[in-house]
Amino acid sequence: MDWLKISTAIFLILLLVFLLPRAKHMLSNSPKAEKGDWQAVLLPLIGVVGFIVLLVWMVSK
Amino acid sequence: MDNYQPSIAASSALSVNKVLRNTYMLLSITLIFSALTAALSMVMQVSPGVSLACSFGALALIWFVLPRTAQSAAGIGVVFAITGLLGFGLGPVLNHYLSLSNGSELVATSLGGTGIIFLALSGYVLTTRRDFSFMGGFLIVGLIIAILAAVANIFLGIPALSLAISAAIILVMSGFILYETSQVVHGGETNYVMATVSLYLSLYNIFTSLLHILGIFGDE
Repeated sequence: MDWLKISTAIFLILLLVFLLPRAKHMLSNSPKAEKGDWQAVLLPLIGVVGFIVLLVWMVSK
Repeated sequence: MDNYQPSIAASSALSVNKVLRNTYMLLSITLIFSALTAALSMVMQVSPGVSLACSFGALALIWFVLPRTAQSAAGIGVVFAITGLLGFGLGPVLNHYLSLSNGSELVATSLGGTGIIFLALSGYVLTTRRDFSFMGGFLIVGLIIAILAAVANIFLGIPALSLAISAAIILVMSGFILYETSQVVHGGETNYVMATVSLYLSLYNIFTSLLHILGIFGDE
């Protein structure tokens, strides 16, 4: 195991330590989704997935 | 008293537009600055260790310095330091991909793809004016799961998992662009320094993850 992998793992674990208090705050303070909210999110995310598939097709052909 | 209601609404809209304009202006400048530091580190042929040290430095600035300076003019300097360090840290990654036979195509496609994703998602929020604040908890949990999987994969080294993590990060960061832009539009985020850093980190992660995916599929 080289030191670069260990350092990267330490970096990611520090990132988790940084994120956990924010996660607790966001989980307890986020408003509930209303009807149609998730559909409004899915539409652009499906667009992103389709666009990435297109890019992958472009670079692999 | 009712006569004052339209002026309050107009004042609020002006304030939101100001935050939005300042965020996009600072984001544009920091992206250019970041590209310059990335070019510098490519020329200097810095090692992956230096790249990791830059990431540690940027994390420390985001963690300890940014929250204390975001409300002052010093915050702008801190944003440049963060984006400069992260840009400098990209040098070894870019040199690696550019050494491939179709490397310049991969980097250019990732850069263009990231720009199109950002413009499309921002345009979607600005056009629909929907409030995506309900996504906050979902996005942060998604990010934590992706980071945990990334830590595990450092030791497991499974290529398919690495690909899945990159795909998940692109989706989570796309969600964060919707979330952060919506926060600015609806007045939930009034500090353009914080909004810029948040959007920059989303763009940075989308670019590196997209480069990783295209590098796997497009490597000749």
